[in-house]
Amino acid sequence: MRASLFITCYNDTLFPQTGRAVVRLLERLGVDLDFLPAQTCCGQMHANTGFRGEAYSQAKRFVQLYRDTECVVIPSSSCVAMIRDQYAGLFEELGNEGLRSQFAALLPRVFELSEFLTDKLGVDDVGAHFPHRVAYHASCHGLRGLHLGERPFRLLSRVRGLKLIPVANLDRCCGFGGTFSVKNAEVSTAMLDAKLVDLLATDAEYCTALDNSCLMHVGGGLHRRNLNMKPIHLAEILASTEGPAG
Amino acid sequence: MSGPVMDPRLAPPFPQAALPILQNTQLRKNVAHATDVIQTKRNRLVAEKQDWQQLRSAAAAIRAHVLANLAHYLEEFEKNCTAAGGVVHWARDAAEARQIIIDILREEKATEVIKIKTMTSAEIQLNPSLEKAGISAVETDLAELILQLGDDEPSHIVVPALHVNRQQVREIFARRMSLPQLPDDPEALAAAARTYLRKKFLSVPTAISGANFLIAENGSVAIVESEGNGRMCLTLPRTLITLAGIEKVLPRFSDLEVLLQVLARSATGERLNPYNSLWSGVVPGDGPQKFHVVLLDNGRSEILGRKVERQTLQCIRCAACLNTCPVYRQTGGHAYGSPYAGPIGAILTPQLEHMQHAQSLPYASSLCAACYEVCPVKINIPEVLIDLRAKVVDQEREEASRWTDPMYMGMKAANFVFGSASRFRLAQRFGKLGLRFFTDKDGWIRKLPSLGARWTLSRDLPGMPDQTFRDWWAEREARGGKEAR
Repeated sequence: MRASLFITCYNDTLFPQTGRAVVRLLERLGVDLDFLPAQTCCGQMHANTGFRGEAYSQAKRFVQLYRDTECVVIPSSSCVAMIRDQYAGLFEELGNEGLRSQFAALLPRVFELSEFLTDKLGVDDVGAHFPHRVAYHASCHGLRGLHLGERPFRLLSRVRGLKLIPVANLDRCCGFGGTFSVKNAEVSTAMLDAKLVDLLATDAEYCTALDNSCLMHVGGGLHRRNLNMKPIHLAEILASTEGPAG
Repeated sequence: MSGPVMDPRLAPPFPQAALPILQNTQLRKNVAHATDVIQTKRNRLVAEKQDWQQLRSAAAAIRAHVLANLAHYLEEFEKNCTAAGGVVHWARDAAEARQIIIDILREEKATEVIKIKTMTSAEIQLNPSLEKAGISAVETDLAELILQLGDDEPSHIVVPALHVNRQQVREIFARRMSLPQLPDDPEALAAAARTYLRKKFLSVPTAISGANFLIAENGSVAIVESEGNGRMCLTLPRTLITLAGIEKVLPRFSDLEVLLQVLARSATGERLNPYNSLWSGVVPGDGPQKFHVVLLDNGRSEILGRKVERQTLQCIRCAACLNTCPVYRQTGGHAYGSPYAGPIGAILTPQLEHMQHAQSLPYASSLCAACYEVCPVKINIPEVLIDLRAKVVDQEREEASRWTDPMYMGMKAANFVFGSASRFRLAQRFGKLGLRFFTDKDGWIRKLPSLGARWTLSRDLPGMPDQTFRDWWAEREARGGKEAR
């Protein structure tokens, strides 16, 4: 199996350990992984802030870069949701027929990480070992955008030593919302505080998710409040074979 | 503290309007509790319906069909309502609607008018205009009465006084009805309101209502409610004026079969509303003998012409999107500066204002899509929010002030950076150098300038790591790929 990794701009810049974990995990599962250095951003930030033309150039760039790949793996559900929910509209409005058909052909080959593992590779047990109490945060884009459903839970349930603790109000947004977290910083903070109450009630050591964007917000909030719970991308748990990922 | 400003032309932007509310612990507690109660009921009643998704699809299809043929159904409604003895008026905007209503009331020599809860009348700022014309409006919906007596404003489409709790209601009634000994149990409060309102029902001969639905095929109007006060207003007065947005029309009477089901379950978590009133024109000797319908455009036909935004008009005002919204949960309705709060308000209000006011509202959402999931007529609110944001930005592109807006400039710079991998890599390096200055010894950033300060208001930021992923990958490749790891 060959796959090309779209790491996403913010994982590349701020969370390279997640990318390294994806590489470790997928290569352990026998995937022949490739990384195209020309990649930058999917355009989500621009699209969701209203910068449509700018989002279009990045969407076009993505399709042109990946059109010949066997499949694309992305460790960020919001970026995958951007591609699935918004690219078609952007190309409809601003693109040409060639681009639209290239995108239509590429789309079925674009996978979020947990989809790639469970649907494409057909594995729930990735051979991970992570002896810790873990709370799973369902990001809105993973939950309602991609309908990931049981996928992350199936993966987590097969990690040796891991104790998964259910989080109340799992479907409620953590308040990140991209530029919302800055434009509406105070409301975003109130939403974060509500989310932290639910997360802390689990007494877990780690809060995991399929989006480092939510985790940057939740983790930044935990750190500011001197709380011990640590954010960790699910890829890092799944890559781990002995104790926490380094 | 001054009261909430509910005129989108005058209201402060959402982030500012939210600030005092975020400090109001009692109000936030009331909102969270009330929305939890409604949502729990709603979820239970939706879960018991095996064919909920089919019902949703049917409701959405009916509403979309209406919008695609709106002129036809409105004319059919006008014809049939007129034939049944009603008088139909067309109002292009809020001012026209207010004038039509005031003219009718003047002809009736009315000094007082009783009202059923109607958010559309709040949309056109009807009550203040009536006051100016020397006509006092009496709200008869229990929640609206609480707000009117408490000099407060609605914060929810279905449960307008949702932000007020029982003790606060007692205080308002005791003060305004001169009942110092009034207890705060629901029976006593309802009894006090009943005594107060009964006099009005029996003495005021003119009434104003909104409409949940207009039925084209027979010219009927439908109103659903929980208290029966609405029915009093609809049956006791001599003259009834119904104010309805033009989008409220349905083709057939039988369409109610679908819409009343999804509305009641979504709005109040009931199988059917306790009171479903339906009437057609005037019946001699029974009920109001003069009946007027004011059909209000006020920006709606403009919305109708927009491909993505058109679905906004499918709304049946159930407020399920408010109850599930994590933003509304923190701020309640007043921060939206409009009688239409929550996710639907965030898309409807700026459009009713022709995208000239309330431009902060499309940004008052984390795009979590909980609203879309519960919407009984499948309005893709996140999609509309994003489209409206694009319209706001397109306006900003024309304004000189964009050059000093850090968000605008940041977005343009980011776009330049994302345009090539070498620029991106360079930006990563400069970013790291720049951030080093703000990074504490433990590798965390606690204080940033400019827009970054909005982040560090409540969240730390991990400092930039030693090596980006792409640099790690390049190094690994140079060492010969995976074996060398």
